[in-house]
Amino acid sequence: MMRKLFPVLLAINAVLFVAALIFINRVPPESSMGLVQKIFYFHVPSWIAMYLGIAICGVGSIWYLATGRPQADRAAVAGGELAVLFGLVGLVTGPLWARKAWGVWWQWDARLTTALLLWLTFVAYLTVRKYGGPGSEKLAAAVGLFGTAVAPFVYFSVNIWRTVHPLTTVMPELPNSAPEMVPPMLASIFSFLVLFVVLLMARLELGRRQADVDELYLAYEDRTA
Amino acid sequence: MIKRLATFVWTIVLVTPLFALQPPPGQTEFRPMTEVPPSEQLPAAPLVITAYAFFLVAVLFYVWTIWRRLNKVEADIRALERTAKRTAP
Repeated sequence: MMRKLFPVLLAINAVLFVAALIFINRVPPESSMGLVQKIFYFHVPSWIAMYLGIAICGVGSIWYLATGRPQADRAAVAGGELAVLFGLVGLVTGPLWARKAWGVWWQWDARLTTALLLWLTFVAYLTVRKYGGPGSEKLAAAVGLFGTAVAPFVYFSVNIWRTVHPLTTVMPELPNSAPEMVPPMLASIFSFLVLFVVLLMARLELGRRQADVDELYLAYEDRTA
Repeated sequence: MIKRLATFVWTIVLVTPLFALQPPPGQTEFRPMTEVPPSEQLPAAPLVITAYAFFLVAVLFYVWTIWRRLNKVEADIRALERTAKRTAP
């Protein structure tokens, strides 16, 4: 079912992205940054999607540690993978913007450094989950929980510490400061969220099918033992 | 008189290239400018296009990995089902 639905959902999502790009193309560039500010229409939604992935990984990890249910672990892994994917997009698009806006690719300031460490935490989560061997689910869940607990500090780091990164107030202030930038930003965020849901469904389906294979192997081994 | 004039002309002819070949004086100070001229500015379009293209490539790569893993799992399921049928009592 999912195999047939997946390409259709991806095609619908592609149409949404094309619509978002049309919006982005029509909106005027920002006055101080110029054209490079248009990277923000993909940079901000990618971090929103990453935080969503982290939230799913965190809830799944708590759920798994509390109940030991395999579907909780599968949800956590799916969330963790998507957090790494969208975090990578954020970590690459950010320096591309910074090269023009700040004159450097990277600054070791509070926001950028903690964001990189957060992303590496979820890379570690997936590494433990993949190569940790039997029983690594609990250790991975603890790593996922740690990453989830750290995430709010990364988000608020621009308000807590002195940093060159734009503050968290930029987005909530957008309707007042630049109302013409709201439709492209919302269209882009909506496209990213739909993509996130489609990829999450596909990854959960993959987890279910992998669990089916494991059960079939165990049943076969029991029968032949 | 003519001799003096010739000496003067020859002096000009010989000395002028010496001054002309001198390098310009070194910069003694830096003076900030208020605005970078457009020819000196880093173009933004390649950065924007790279950012959008990277997103597209990353998502397509992830979709491809899911597709590949799903195909592998389904091949495993089919192989196990065939083995189970063959070895069924």
